[in-house]
Amino acid sequence: MSFQYSDEILRRFRNPKNAGEIKNPDGIGMVGNRSCGDVMHLYIKVENNKIVDAKFKTLGCAAAISFSDLLCDMVKNQNIEDALKLTKDDLVKKLGGVPAPKLHCSLLAVDALHKAIEDFKNKK
Amino acid sequence: MKKVYLDNAATTKTAPEVVEDMKPYFLEKYGNASCLHKWGQEARDAVETSRELIANKINALSEEIIFTSGGSEANNLAIKGVAYQLKEKGNHIVVSEFEHPAVLNTCRALEKKGFEITYVAVDKQGFVNLEQLKNSITNKTVLVSIMHANNEIGTIQNLEEIGKICNENDVLFHSDCVQSLGKVGVDVKKFNLSLATFSAHKIHGPKGIGVLYVKKGVKLCKQIDGGPQEFNQRAGTENVSGIIGFARAIDIITEEDVRIMRKMRDYLVEELLKIDGTSLNGSKENRLCNNVSVAFQNVEGESILLSLDDKGIAVSTSSACTSSKLESSHVLKAIGLKPEDSHGTIRFTLSKYTTKEELDYVIESVGEIVKNLRRISP
Repeated sequence: MSFQYSDEILRRFRNPKNAGEIKNPDGIGMVGNRSCGDVMHLYIKVENNKIVDAKFKTLGCAAAISFSDLLCDMVKNQNIEDALKLTKDDLVKKLGGVPAPKLHCSLLAVDALHKAIEDFKNKK
Repeated sequence: MKKVYLDNAATTKTAPEVVEDMKPYFLEKYGNASCLHKWGQEARDAVETSRELIANKINALSEEIIFTSGGSEANNLAIKGVAYQLKEKGNHIVVSEFEHPAVLNTCRALEKKGFEITYVAVDKQGFVNLEQLKNSITNKTVLVSIMHANNEIGTIQNLEEIGKICNENDVLFHSDCVQSLGKVGVDVKKFNLSLATFSAHKIHGPKGIGVLYVKKGVKLCKQIDGGPQEFNQRAGTENVSGIIGFARAIDIITEEDVRIMRKMRDYLVEELLKIDGTSLNGSKENRLCNNVSVAFQNVEGESILLSLDDKGIAVSTSSACTSSKLESSHVLKAIGLKPEDSHGTIRFTLSKYTTKEELDYVIESVGEIVKNLRRISP
């Protein structure tokens, strides 16, 4: 029971600016499973191979919501190839570390991104 | 900011009159109760008066009350104490699968030492399967340990019935009564208890003081060696102020407190269940007067907890996400709750200090938070 969230995780959890949906997204990444934990949907808008907008809907803990929100910020204005280079460690670092039991939430966000880009590529 | 404390199953506010009673035993009457001088005798008298008071409240004898450092130590002493004392007679212990970790992990430690443990199932309502319990007892069984009231969902077991089963089968019966003390009548004779665990800090007493009731004639293998304190069953200088505080805490409980808490609990349940996608965990009737455990569908318990904390409201989750493990609560699993409902469970536990105004603030806040979280949920 003994862990503490970083201020950055709590800040994003309290006010997740990127929460929501994008109408007619170019790619959707749906990951997770409610029975074993968190569920995340990532929506991306792509123009000229560049992610111009990203939004999310997440059912999960504060870490999952914060990672979702951060991911959206980090992929915006990135081209697809650069976005794919993003790792879970990049996310963890940006949030000022994350309690060990919550590390898997970062993976969830990266998986959602990969799924969304895959979806985008399939739709093209 | 408003502050509402609804985590009284975790611990309670120390009652001001309890603190007042304890104070002199820090500042003036600080003697060691084992000493012969006046300081010592003053402390001894206070300890024995408190012991008698506590004994009376649970229908026990003074010499059946062993003070410990708390509930966990009392549970350890009861279970390991019997296991090692009676290891020539048998090596089998029966517990329920939704006991407190202080019982479960004590049993797991014993398993590593070669003891055998049976974990009896509980039903959807949160009651131990008595048929299975009965059938689990063998000629190797030395102890049955079943908690009186569950710490997560508050359901109250029929100890009288379990006591009868233990009596018929001639096995010792221990109950962790930490959550039930002061809320449900505990009568060690009526329940045929051989051992029972109590803790002060759940009833507006201080932390760091517990009691193990040990029925006259029941022998335990001592777990803390040292001096001959506590009838030579638990070494260590008596926690005099803690003992005084425990006695005062148990003495000031009234039936009226319990009645009001029950009414408030019912109000909170009724209002929270008006929120869409909610359900009460465990039996509605046979539960502690202060326990409300609600599953909120499509929300994570931890997110509710943190959002409530931002509003000055303290609650608890039973879900995986606040613990260092990622498994769902063993209690909610035991009552067959779906993992998704288990993840969205919040435990609200009231005290005699809880007011209706506080509950109204909590009800309003929960409604708002759940709505917000569901809005950002897929």
